[in-house]
Amino acid sequence: MSNVADVVIIGGGINGCAAAYYLAKGGTKSVIVLEASNSIGHGGSSRNGGGVRQSGRDIRELPYAMYGIKNMWPTLSEELGVDTEYTQKGNLRMGKTPEHIKKLEALTKSANSVGLDVRMIDQKEVKEICPYLSDEVIGASWCPTDGHANPLTTTLGYYKRALEMGVKFYTEAPVKSLQKVKGKVRKVILNDGTIFEGETIILVSGYESRAIARTIGVDVPMTRLIDECLVTEMQPHMIDVMFGCASADFYGHQTKHGSFVFGSDSGWETVDEMVDPSTNIPDPSKLITNSMTLSASCRAIQGYIPALKDAKIVRSWCGWLDESFDGVPFLSRVDEAPGLILACGFTGHGFGTAPVVGLMLSQMVQGEETVVDISALQYNRFKPCR
Amino acid sequence: MVDIQAKLKEIGPFVEEPDDDLLVCRCEEVTKGQIRKAVHEGIFTLEEMRRYLRSGMGLCQGQTCGKLVKSIIASELKVSPAEVVPASSRAPMRPIEMCILAEDGGGCDE
Ligand SMILES: Cc1cc2nc3c(=O)[nH]c(=O)nc-3n(C[C@H](O)[C@H](O)[C@H](O)COP(=O)(O)OP(=O)(O)OC[C@H]3O[C@@H](n4cnc5c(N)ncnc54)[C@H](O)[C@@H]3O)c2cc1C
Repeated sequence: MSNVADVVIIGGGINGCAAAYYLAKGGTKSVIVLEASNSIGHGGSSRNGGGVRQSGRDIRELPYAMYGIKNMWPTLSEELGVDTEYTQKGNLRMGKTPEHIKKLEALTKSANSVGLDVRMIDQKEVKEICPYLSDEVIGASWCPTDGHANPLTTTLGYYKRALEMGVKFYTEAPVKSLQKVKGKVRKVILNDGTIFEGETIILVSGYESRAIARTIGVDVPMTRLIDECLVTEMQPHMIDVMFGCASADFYGHQTKHGSFVFGSDSGWETVDEMVDPSTNIPDPSKLITNSMTLSASCRAIQGYIPALKDAKIVRSWCGWLDESFDGVPFLSRVDEAPGLILACGFTGHGFGTAPVVGLMLSQMVQGEETVVDISALQYNRFKPCR
Repeated sequence: MVDIQAKLKEIGPFVEEPDDDLLVCRCEEVTKGQIRKAVHEGIFTLEEMRRYLRSGMGLCQGQTCGKLVKSIIASELKVSPAEVVPASSRAPMRPIEMCILAEDGGGCDE
């Protein structure tokens, strides 16, 4: 076993797996992925709502979100050899009050300013798109090029392809710290003391990236939130759009399988008790859903889609969001830590952008220009406020 | 630490078997052959198998096939079933209608 590689990727989520795949595809000889848990995609990547959205995003993110949807998602199933279930049938963000509509209009305006096709539609048009909605929905914003996909198969598809191309994956390999060698970040040290070395280190471990970066004195301003999801039993085919709400009551879609997957929260979720103090990483056996959230989610969903009130819920789960303080990720090299690339802070919407983020990470390693300019995502964009 | 590539090398390539058509997960119609093949694609845990093939993701949530899937993965990996990482059980224990679940106000009722 050789512990030395051109690139060591810390975190086996979709962003880490996608980066590994595009690196191998782009000709990087040796790539190692280290995943703390016992399964690939254990974090947000297997727990998310599957939205592949451009609408609702910060304008700093829109150019690459749009690139991925235009150039990558449509052919991804073929490329990875799995069914990603990518469905591009639009995103309907619903509003129930004049305040909601105002909020949607502001989002629509900012999306239009960078050339994204989003428009406001009235109740009649909303009902034409989805006849199952409550009369309380008075309008919506509509982005026809948004959609959804299956995060489980997409994440494992990147993993499988990367494996086939020779990338080395280690599970149950929790990273504790980084270390510089001659001024360059090079060593990656696991909890058990095992050392890996890379010419480039990509830190893509969600919120845990913050603790790991701190071991070489780099701080990444983000915090952690929890979000919950539920899935219904199989329903007859009803609707292909991705749902969202101005009020963030819930989001979700009907999957190819027929079940509906929805995400929501009650405000009572907490992550603190899930963290194992000895490793400072969340203990998966303690990742528990809140007893109030499932019911609250059902109330929220029924309030918009009464047609689903008799659908049975078969499962619920929760996952973490690595919440960056200004809502957009950190995707950059680090001046004071050459050799390190940060890719974290995806703030609850990093699934839809994973293909293009993976591609751009490989371009950053291989010294190419990224497909779109991401200088707005520099790690050092924060300045002291006084 | 599990070295996935080393393990894949150790277990060798996927070889078809006569009973590969056997339905293992009846809810989601997943066969023994699909499960065996997935192991050779790097799917070593029950959790990943559920995500990859939907085995145990249907109405019974793996209560019927969980053990079987586990033993198939174990035999493919050449380890004892006890060494295969199990899947998590998740609420609700039985499927419940949305309108019924929605009536639970949690702490708000008190
Ligand atoms: C409930 C929910 C719903 C969401 N809905 C959507 C949506 O609809 N659309 C969308 O685009 N996005 C959504 N997201 C966000 C999306 O899931 C994430 O942004 C995305 O999965 C991030 O991928 P990642 O690879 O960066 O992180 P992760 O998937 O979190 O992967 C990080 C990996 O690093 C590992 N790790 C942690 N610490 C260490 C360590 N010390 N050493 C080694 N490995 C470590 C973790 O185990 C994990 O596997 C949602 C998220 C949640 C939780």
